[in-house]
Amino acid sequence: MTPMRTDLVTNIRAELTKQRKRPAHWLLLAVAVLLTLTFAYLIPYLGLADTPEGVTNGRGIGALLPPAFVGNVIAGTPLFVGALAVIFGVLVAGSEYNWESWKTVLAQGPSRLTVLGAKMAVLVLGTLVLLGTLLAAGAAASALVGVLKDQPLDWPSVSAILLGAGGGWLITTMWAMLGVVLAIGFRGVALPIGLGLVWLLAVQNLLAVVAAPLLDWVADLQLGLPGPNAGSLVAALGAPPGTPGVDALTAAPQATLVIAAYLIGFAVLGAWLFRRRDIA
Amino acid sequence: MTSPVETTALTKRYGHLAAVTGLDLTVRTGEVYGFLGPNGAGKTTTLRMLLGLIRPTSGTIRLFGASPGPHYLDRVGALIEGPAFYPYLSGHDNLRVLAAHAGAGPRRVATVLRIVDLADRAGDRYGTYSLGMKQRLGLAAALLKDPALLILDEPTNGLDPAGMADIRATIRRLADDGRTVLLSSHLLGEVQQICDRVGMISEGRLVAQLSVADLSSAGLRVIADPLPAARERVSAMIGADRVTEHGDALYLDTTDDMVPRINAELVHAGLAVRELHRCEPDLERTFLELTGGRGDSHAH
Repeated sequence: MTPMRTDLVTNIRAELTKQRKRPAHWLLLAVAVLLTLTFAYLIPYLGLADTPEGVTNGRGIGALLPPAFVGNVIAGTPLFVGALAVIFGVLVAGSEYNWESWKTVLAQGPSRLTVLGAKMAVLVLGTLVLLGTLLAAGAAASALVGVLKDQPLDWPSVSAILLGAGGGWLITTMWAMLGVVLAIGFRGVALPIGLGLVWLLAVQNLLAVVAAPLLDWVADLQLGLPGPNAGSLVAALGAPPGTPGVDALTAAPQATLVIAAYLIGFAVLGAWLFRRRDIA
Repeated sequence: MTSPVETTALTKRYGHLAAVTGLDLTVRTGEVYGFLGPNGAGKTTTLRMLLGLIRPTSGTIRLFGASPGPHYLDRVGALIEGPAFYPYLSGHDNLRVLAAHAGAGPRRVATVLRIVDLADRAGDRYGTYSLGMKQRLGLAAALLKDPALLILDEPTNGLDPAGMADIRATIRRLADDGRTVLLSSHLLGEVQQICDRVGMISEGRLVAQLSVADLSSAGLRVIADPLPAARERVSAMIGADRVTEHGDALYLDTTDDMVPRINAELVHAGLAVRELHRCEPDLERTFLELTGGRGDSHAH
């Protein structure tokens, strides 16, 4: 009966097995791909087919071709991809409360911060997989449009792809981390998902559309909120203007810093809450 | 040698509600210690504090002499308040995940599955398991680190009689292998069957610690009419502190050679002696006496 050592690497391995084999995550990924392809490619393409050349969305065929694929894909991250990322974060952390499996895991002896750190690491990997898959799907769709419309397949530079992917990844990870904090704060799944979606899909829009035009302080407040900064960042990285949630309110460097600050803030808040509260 | 479990003045309060108060608990190496109390007495809260899941309001906890911190649970396996696993994973994968969390080798998974006799169904999804199988998987998870101390919280809860007997036999076997076991239960018979020593908790307080063997000297059961007069007579004979009353009977802490004398005294006093015999070890009566009859309907 020798004392066992636990560390972050073995806990990440445990977490990877758990999350990799969870069907709900793959369903979320499929929904994200479906929504991205539908709203970024299928609907604009159908519109393109039904209207005179160049009229669709004021963007024309060029918006569906490979040079624009990065912007098309990450345009969803401030809104619906972000919503799916919140659900992903809530499921990763909150299901442990629903299944009461925290006690089973923690009774094995790892420290709370090690377990949560492993969860966050896997969360970051998960959002990387999400962004990578969306970019691959977007690239394939744009190539298909190019072939169908007999257009040249000019791809963006590697640096442009990496920059766009990095921005989208940062935003998606920030939303997923919000999901983790909500799950830990409310110790479950249903309420955190509900609150996360209400904030992301309703409150942010109401603030932007209803409150900000009327109240200067709300307009100023928006500049520090995660959603508008996410919208600003993807706008700077090529997301099509006019897409819901995409609006260049702040400069890209500021938007990046604000989103990174939220990401770190959510992670620290989640760790602080998880460390100090009882596992009932 | 340090005790596997030692708490001093352990207390947990939720606002004004005291869940556990001033608990001094010592579990000795190699024993099966029954932590007995009705539902809501504070058993699970105590065990959760031992495992660091709940922070005590005050008091100290030591497991093998170590205070909560890194490697505090290295020699401890636990099953708390029923099994809880990932329903979409197989039993084997669940244990593999937990082995990684524990820092235990993956080879240990097959070993513990064999110990709890679950190897045949290890590939099935946990969500498809019967309650008995889930409990056995819980026990397997508790054994992943090959622990010197097992903390088991009502491990037979919800099982049918065959399942209960199965789990109890497994626990006894594990104890016979040299492990210390701290077992909480509200089932008196279970504690009496499995345990060497018993701690009784009521309303968050430890009201007694005694060995199960000591219960064999539980004494004489007397039913006589009228009971108050009988109590007065026998109290005068053996001392009032050795006479307790529960229900319609008196229980006397006395020796066999006193039986004829007590009988003669009661008959001589004109009391109707309906029953007088040495009673079997009776944890229930002791428990009810010590807790002032605060056991709930599950205490049987």
